[in-house]
Amino acid sequence: MSDVVLETRDLVKHFPLTRGIVFKKQYGAVQAVDGVNLQLRRGETLGIVGESGCGKSTLARMLVGLETPTSGDLFVQGKNMSKVGAEERRRGRRNIQLVMQDPYTSLNPRMTVGDIIGEPFEVHPDVVPKGKRRAKVQELLDLVGLNPDHINRYPHQFSGGQRQRIGIARALALNPEIILCDEPVSALDVSIQAQVINLLEKLQAELGLSYIFIAHDLSVVRHIADRVAVMYLGKIIEIGTEDEIYDKPTHPYTQALLSAVPVPDPTLRGLRDQIVLTGDVPSPANPPSGCRFRTRCWKAQDICAEQQPALEVRDKSGHPSACHFAEVRDVVHATE
Amino acid sequence: MSTDVNVKIDALAGVDPKALPLQVKDLHVEFRTRNGIARAVNGVSFDLRAGETRAILGESGCGKSVTAQAIMGILDTPPGFITGGEILYRGVDLLKLPESERRKVRANRIAMIFQDALSALNPVFTVGFQLAELFRKHRGMSRQDAKARAVELLDLVKIPAAKQRVNDYPHQFSGGMRQRVMIAMALALDPEVLIADEPTTALDVTVQAQIMALLAELQRERNMGLVLITHDMGVVADVADQISVMYAGRVIEEAGVNDIYASPAHPYTKGLLESIPRLDLKGHELSAIKGLPPMLTNIPPGCAFNPRCRYAQEVCRQDPAPPLYQVSPSRTAACHFWKEVKGDE
Repeated sequence: MSDVVLETRDLVKHFPLTRGIVFKKQYGAVQAVDGVNLQLRRGETLGIVGESGCGKSTLARMLVGLETPTSGDLFVQGKNMSKVGAEERRRGRRNIQLVMQDPYTSLNPRMTVGDIIGEPFEVHPDVVPKGKRRAKVQELLDLVGLNPDHINRYPHQFSGGQRQRIGIARALALNPEIILCDEPVSALDVSIQAQVINLLEKLQAELGLSYIFIAHDLSVVRHIADRVAVMYLGKIIEIGTEDEIYDKPTHPYTQALLSAVPVPDPTLRGLRDQIVLTGDVPSPANPPSGCRFRTRCWKAQDICAEQQPALEVRDKSGHPSACHFAEVRDVVHATE
Repeated sequence: MSTDVNVKIDALAGVDPKALPLQVKDLHVEFRTRNGIARAVNGVSFDLRAGETRAILGESGCGKSVTAQAIMGILDTPPGFITGGEILYRGVDLLKLPESERRKVRANRIAMIFQDALSALNPVFTVGFQLAELFRKHRGMSRQDAKARAVELLDLVKIPAAKQRVNDYPHQFSGGMRQRVMIAMALALDPEVLIADEPTTALDVTVQAQIMALLAELQRERNMGLVLITHDMGVVADVADQISVMYAGRVIEEAGVNDIYASPAHPYTKGLLESIPRLDLKGHELSAIKGLPPMLTNIPPGCAFNPRCRYAQEVCRQDPAPPLYQVSPSRTAACHFWKEVKGDE
């Protein structure tokens, strides 16, 4: 098990809902992430997909330490991050870095590119000695395909795709082993998206990185991920290799999600097995009992309201799926 | 009884019922900014037939939304100025009409759906009030009748419990429901042309599927022309009949949906299609289009795409820009080398 670089056990994040100012009283909680178990192996890419509000960004924030879990454990290279001391936790975080979604707001407009990429060295001064930092920053710029001479420019002098490269360079500054990409390409145009995806794949091959790749674009995730986890209302409802999830989805939500993705091929129009879900995602402050998807599910029976389906391998699925009636269904989807 | 809503009480002079519902001819729009003149739209032309869906496909800054704003007459002037061209509704040039006449066209005959429903709806009025306002202003209905029509409309776009929801404010609706309200508002006066500017970009895929299905159904029922402005090539493949691909303010390729996806004739269209991740490309590098779109204040001479194009020759770098060549009787492409582009796949 030594090749597991990151693991979560029953990770939970509930945001309390309170009433009153002087006599604060909690009357509920938004269950953003509710018991997530994940393993990330060395050198692999784990894709996490789900719609807005499913908790994928909260999960990401907990993994990098921007959010403290309500309960559950996070292991980075075998060390339980909630048990170790502050100094060790700080050092541990060096190994997980985040690439953020919006390259327009995640870079400080008043800092030069050199200062932005070099800032991690102020927090972790022992990584690169002071005199060599500028050279290291230029090396990073070169690595992500930017001109090292542009070290004194400001973010507004770059385009969206170039800014995302700056964000990637900043994430690489501390030589991490794990990069967490939270919707890294969704703010970019299609022609630029492909450039950034290519860069991420090149860096992974060169530096042996492990990626957690969070996105709502299923075809992008299929392209880059080795394994895929599907989230719905704070829970992982299906997890498996990229082929298992895309070719043999067993959870009704995964099937609906895949079938809803428009296929860029007009000859398939009307031939696809399209499942149009009714209604919206329920509020995570008041999730349905039992299976959280049952309110929108066409397979729902009484048992779905009473008993929460476990994420486990059932007879016909071959990979873990949290549905009492998990069954393979072939959905013609975005990438065929 | 109230006025029959199907009668267009805002009559418009010079309308030829046999002419096309919408024709845009050689439209030019520029923005006069402190940093120079940005040429956002440089000669866009397209036709729209009744019941047809025309997709305008392009990336940010290609001028697709500005084209829509010019058609609707909601361009911010200044800094935006329409410097040439015609926008014909059934033979009437909208650009020559005074504002009072244009108002009769807006919502009545040509309506629009915006990308972000939350910022397009007024947060301090109930959705019922905002829907009813249309009937009161354009049809002269009483408050009560207008409210009843608002409930019918919410029913039409399949909002559950329409009678109660009509008194809710926009923030009380979810993203998908809000977009339904926008659609209801656009369809209220039974327009002949609907312009949808990125109607599902802000929505999740499962909700996107719901909204696109609803739009298609309503379009079929009313035989309405739809201009769909988007950058999503999956959505276009699903619903469009005709496609205009825009780059740097120009239409660079125009064709039926099957032709474009099967054999693109412009290197930009081809590049876009190739940069979508596909199953057979798994583990391979995506063929990205290198470089960046040009600044609209500084569009390169000749073909605007030439600095990024792998087919570019000397002739591409010189003015004038390539004209729209007739690739087949039903399609055009603005590339000197369209034969090579189309042929080598």
